[in-house]
Amino acid sequence: MFTLPDLSLLRQRALNANQNDVLTAMGRGAGDIEALATLLSPAAELLLPQLAGRAGEITAQRFGKTTQIYAPLYLSNFCNNRCAYCGFAANNKIHRRKLTVEEAVSEALLLQQRGFQHILLVTGEAPAKAGVDYLEEVALALRDHFAAVSIEVQPLEQHEYNRLFKAGITAVAVYQETYDKEVYDKVHLAGKKCDYQYRIETPARAAAAGMREVGIGTLLGLADWRSEGLALGLHLAWLRKNFWRTSFTVSFPRLRPAAGAFEPFSTVVEKNLSQLIFALRIFDPDVGLVLSTREEARFRDGMLGLGPTRYSAGSVTSPGGYSHEDHEGEQFSIGDQRSITEVCAAIASRGFDPVCKDWDVEFQH
Amino acid sequence: MLTIASTTFKSRLFVGTGKFSSAAEMKQAIEASESQMVTVALRRVDLENPEDDIMTALDRDKICFLPNTSGARDAEEAIRLAHLARAAGNTPWLKLEVTPDPRTLLPDPVDTLKATEQLVKEGFIVLPYMNVDPVLALRLQDVGAAAVMPLGSPIGTNMGISNKLQLEIIIEQARVPVVVDAGLGAPSHATEAMEMGADAVLVNTAIAVAGDPIRMAKAFRDAVHAGREAFEAGLGRQSTSASASSPETNISTPNLDFISN
Amino acid sequence: MENGLTLVDLLTELNLEPGTVVAEINTKIIEQDQYEQEVLRDGDSVELIRFVGGG
Repeated sequence: MFTLPDLSLLRQRALNANQNDVLTAMGRGAGDIEALATLLSPAAELLLPQLAGRAGEITAQRFGKTTQIYAPLYLSNFCNNRCAYCGFAANNKIHRRKLTVEEAVSEALLLQQRGFQHILLVTGEAPAKAGVDYLEEVALALRDHFAAVSIEVQPLEQHEYNRLFKAGITAVAVYQETYDKEVYDKVHLAGKKCDYQYRIETPARAAAAGMREVGIGTLLGLADWRSEGLALGLHLAWLRKNFWRTSFTVSFPRLRPAAGAFEPFSTVVEKNLSQLIFALRIFDPDVGLVLSTREEARFRDGMLGLGPTRYSAGSVTSPGGYSHEDHEGEQFSIGDQRSITEVCAAIASRGFDPVCKDWDVEFQH
Repeated sequence: MLTIASTTFKSRLFVGTGKFSSAAEMKQAIEASESQMVTVALRRVDLENPEDDIMTALDRDKICFLPNTSGARDAEEAIRLAHLARAAGNTPWLKLEVTPDPRTLLPDPVDTLKATEQLVKEGFIVLPYMNVDPVLALRLQDVGAAAVMPLGSPIGTNMGISNKLQLEIIIEQARVPVVVDAGLGAPSHATEAMEMGADAVLVNTAIAVAGDPIRMAKAFRDAVHAGREAFEAGLGRQSTSASASSPETNISTPNLDFISN
Repeated sequence: MENGLTLVDLLTELNLEPGTVVAEINTKIIEQDQYEQEVLRDGDSVELIRFVGGG
């Protein structure tokens, strides 16, 4: 069972780090948690270009000059939880929709036509509306159209993940949102998501069920981002130790202040996000790092080769949004609005190879 | 303190009992080493010398016996030897050695895994001797090995740690204790293994054939202790992914002007 | 071989302490508390094994 140790001593030491400590930390081998804390420290911000350089070297060595491309496919925005920060919260009066299996296939084929081979099925957390039976049906309907189909849905039991794996799902993303229990309890006001422990054990269940890849992450803007970075590193190291056959990714959804919407508890600016990415890359050379369309095109283009390995493109975050251009019932607003063609062109122009297909459904039969 | 299969050991030096010039010297060397676990082998009784019995030289109240399956060339032979060992010593502890090539005495990965899985099911505390193969180490742990024993270098070569990189990986990924065994020819080799984070080492030849085995046993005792102290005191870790550039110079510094805030 | 020779008898004849030796008769391991009962027959193949020094 993963439990987060007390990080306060580590954080204190990191706050006192100087530039020499940062340079030493950069030279340390992977997996060094003290080094991670130092790389996340304020002192490290002054050496951001050096961190970027080191992160870039490691990324090139492990991943080559490639970037994987995927698209999210929102199946349903019904949700039983009341999360203070999310557009899908149960108490929000938005247009709710759940795609039928046929509609899901229709949306998916649109994505396929546009060139996507990797898609991420997303739902709010409402098992009665979009439970395992439904997800299994959708998975089976889509499996032969895509190289890889992954899910970001409510936390499931291990046997349920196993069912979905057999139905063709290759990867599971489930974000703790925040590893700070106090903050967690403050923003999760109702619904099963209030159970911090059940959620934090979910990546392990997915890995134990045989999923090829498991994605973790925190919502930046809730608790202090340096602590979240440390917690992510520890969770990742624990998962690797206990599930050595599994691949892992980390995502970085970042709350942006928006009028009338949830006010983030802390501001995490692009510089912080980049430092977090560089630090995690140095800490774990093999973890996939995902940058979604929440971020601006300028930032995403600039970060190519410096750590991130997977980009979404042309994303729409409302169910049925690919066929109907109105974006009612969105989960978050898009920073990078470019199409897959534009994103791939930008990636290629910077000397990287956009990879739309990195697996094959045949491997999983 | 080192714990293997719920048994704690104050000493992280295990010693083999072979190749000593006499039982008396063996006994004194083991005492000098302060080791709490020794390996023993199984052989046909020498009917010409019926009274020659290693068991009498060692006090089993103070020393844990770790029977090995040396001589086994496949899983079946190893399992048979394991049963004999359990009967002979009334102990579930077992150092599993499957060495089909009598020249190199390198461990067979396939039959080692097979035998480990079977013997764990039968209730043995299995410590498999293995090559420095990180994936094999994980597979052995998955089937219940109580510890893993990657070699330092092939038996008899005395080369110390011959595959540092992969041994580091084994140690990093291990969920059970890692005991480096075989080929540790000098105390400095043992120190090196312990500084890398190994949980224990097993030494036989280097002590048994030394000019003064008792003195050498003490040297190894001190070497293992020093290495462990250094590790726990927080040695600077060497980078397994070190690239040519050192931190102070030669780092490319990308242009980060694209970051808006 | 005498009739009715037990394993213990054999070991004593060979000057071996029964407690220090493992015996296999026709490849089957005999438990030490059975040594007195185990009767040997003509044609039996007996292996006597004990611990020796080893790495």
